[in-house]
Amino acid sequence: MYAYDEIDRTLVNERVSEFRDQVKRRLSGELTEDEFKILRLQNGVYLQLHAYMFRVAIPYGTLATNQLRALAHVARKYDRGYGHFTTRQNIQFNWIKLAELPDALEDLAKVGIHAMQTSGNNMRNVTSDQWAGVAPGEIEDPRIWSELIRQHTTLHPEFSFLPRKFKIAITASDHDRAAIKIHDIGLRLIKNEKGETGFEVLVGGGLGRTPFIAKTIKHFVHGRDILSYIEAILRVYNQYGRRDNIYKARIKILVHELGIEKFSREVEDEWQHIRNSSLEIDDEVIEDIRSRFTYPAYEKLPHMPDELRQAAADPDFEAWRKNSVAPHKVQGYSIVTISLKPTGGPPGDATAEQMDALADLADKYSFGEIRVGHEQNLALPHVAKRDLPALWKALDKLGLATPNVNLITDIIACPGLDYCSLANARSIPIAQELTRRFANHELANLIGRLHINISGCINACGHHHVGHIGILGVEKNGEEVYQITIGGRADESAALGTLIGPGVKFDEVADVVEDIVEAYLALRERPEELFMDTVKRLGVEPFKERVYATR
Amino acid sequence: MTSPLEQKKIKIAGPSIVTANRTWDGIVVYRTTAKSWSADLSEAAIVRNSDEAKALLAESIADDVGAIGPYIAPVQVGADGKIEPGNLREQIRRTGVTIGQSAQA
Ligand code: HEM
Ligand code: SF4
Repeated sequence: MYAYDEIDRTLVNERVSEFRDQVKRRLSGELTEDEFKILRLQNGVYLQLHAYMFRVAIPYGTLATNQLRALAHVARKYDRGYGHFTTRQNIQFNWIKLAELPDALEDLAKVGIHAMQTSGNNMRNVTSDQWAGVAPGEIEDPRIWSELIRQHTTLHPEFSFLPRKFKIAITASDHDRAAIKIHDIGLRLIKNEKGETGFEVLVGGGLGRTPFIAKTIKHFVHGRDILSYIEAILRVYNQYGRRDNIYKARIKILVHELGIEKFSREVEDEWQHIRNSSLEIDDEVIEDIRSRFTYPAYEKLPHMPDELRQAAADPDFEAWRKNSVAPHKVQGYSIVTISLKPTGGPPGDATAEQMDALADLADKYSFGEIRVGHEQNLALPHVAKRDLPALWKALDKLGLATPNVNLITDIIACPGLDYCSLANARSIPIAQELTRRFANHELANLIGRLHINISGCINACGHHHVGHIGILGVEKNGEEVYQITIGGRADESAALGTLIGPGVKFDEVADVVEDIVEAYLALRERPEELFMDTVKRLGVEPFKERVYATR
Repeated sequence: MTSPLEQKKIKIAGPSIVTANRTWDGIVVYRTTAKSWSADLSEAAIVRNSDEAKALLAESIADDVGAIGPYIAPVQVGADGKIEPGNLREQIRRTGVTIGQSAQA
């Protein structure tokens, strides 16, 4: 866990009282909506279909139990009893009243959480691997660097008025759980031949209307230079980025138009001016941040405790363990993923009761720590293996033990037309129907790893481009229509999916997905061949044929 | 969403209303004939041509403290005068989410 310092607390508290005053002036008419809009957006407050939406940042996806309880409290007291975890390590509340927002912010500030820079053309929440600090084989905890960047960029004037929003993601593992290749800047922690820590830097990834996979701009930037290097990228972007056209304003467009070689030369020039400056990071600074991350006092535990051996006889437990429990870097411990994708439920939603109960479980079984991943699931990062059976039982009682992590019903879906003012079509009901269609866990297991991602418009908040099966809602003659892509992925081999043909109607989407899955099951050479392998081997053609043969 | 300014160019195709969200709590409201806002669609002022629509929108925008983000939306008016939302988006705004979560406050 990270311990915030006095500067953070003061900053956050000042922000709350400032916003309280702004809301008061807005409600009295002293501020017009035009004047107020930018102020509310700076505090994560959007206007959506039914109400104001309030987006709260969860830096690098790490929450302490008192913070999760505070989120539960906000859900219960100021909203309708639930919150929605998003694909960017944020949580959104959908039914907030403007008049009560300052109180909600104040209650969150007490536990060090806030909504700064969760919207607007600035540096957004720096995201990271939800298994940071506990994943086996990790170079080092990527949150140390996420935190460094967070501190440097929060309310930094140069990063506050960018041409467009800006997103950085960091991973330190071979397997990328942070989706760094679809971010404006993706950072991969590595070690050079001398054993020094540094970064492979990628730039220009992003989804939305014009999706791009990020390109490597530099193979190694030393840790001490990372701030100056990021700043150099941002300066080039600030200088050349399109401010005249919102659709061309993201850095991905600039990188695409200049080409990565020219773009990197510009960055290199800029970097040479600023690298040996106050931006060079002292070891002390990093050590200070490192020392603020505390790790549990792990016990020496057996690899295979009796409790686990006994529970293995229960097929329900085993079904859950197989996909929810992952190896931990410390022997005798596990990382447990908590699916927020129950059958028939909206992906990513958690009720206030679930959040409170999860906080209790995290205190009991995970040293008071919870993680939030971009797949809209939660995780408990330090569970002793002997506690797994008891934890599973407790999660099951809460409706949080759906054994579907990484399976076909572990769907990412944006809020779509049920909540979002930009939407063209609904997303959540499609996800709900698919979780019902594939509710049979044996079938889901037979299918194996298969990610479905759904967005309700081209902004791609639901990451449809990088879904193994991607579903994009569009509008045609006043009706919801869904375009299906195949073959996308967001991991270390990130790729954009290929459109398989004309869009289909709301009622047909689940049938189409069933067709694709049946085609896959018939086409795969052996059970271990995953959906993505089959797509790689055969392309989208056989799936396309199957889907459109009868339509 | 189409901004009010862009909407000024829009020609309406049938009976329409002006809708927005109430400033202090964000709930969906409709501009009424009494030049105020109501959460009840049946009280909405109906406009039938673009001049009327523009005028209603202008008046709504002027009431900046009452409600935010006013825009013109289509409705259907039954033979009995009953007003229904004219598209799915407005239907969802009126009755809440379609995903089985409570729509009431
Ligand atoms: C409900 C209100 C929301 C609004 C108004 C909104 C707005 C937008 C817009 C305009 C874009 C396109 C930006 C661009 O690339 O030019 C976008 C992209 C994105 N948003 Fe949202 N969004 C909302 C909710 C969400 C939610 C719920 C999530 C997560 C589930 C999310 C995460 C993202 C992500 C990951 C992108 C991808 C863009 C990229 O990678 O370039 N947003 N959003
Ligand atoms: S993808 Fe579109 S519909 Fe979905 S949340 Fe983003 S902006 Fe809204």
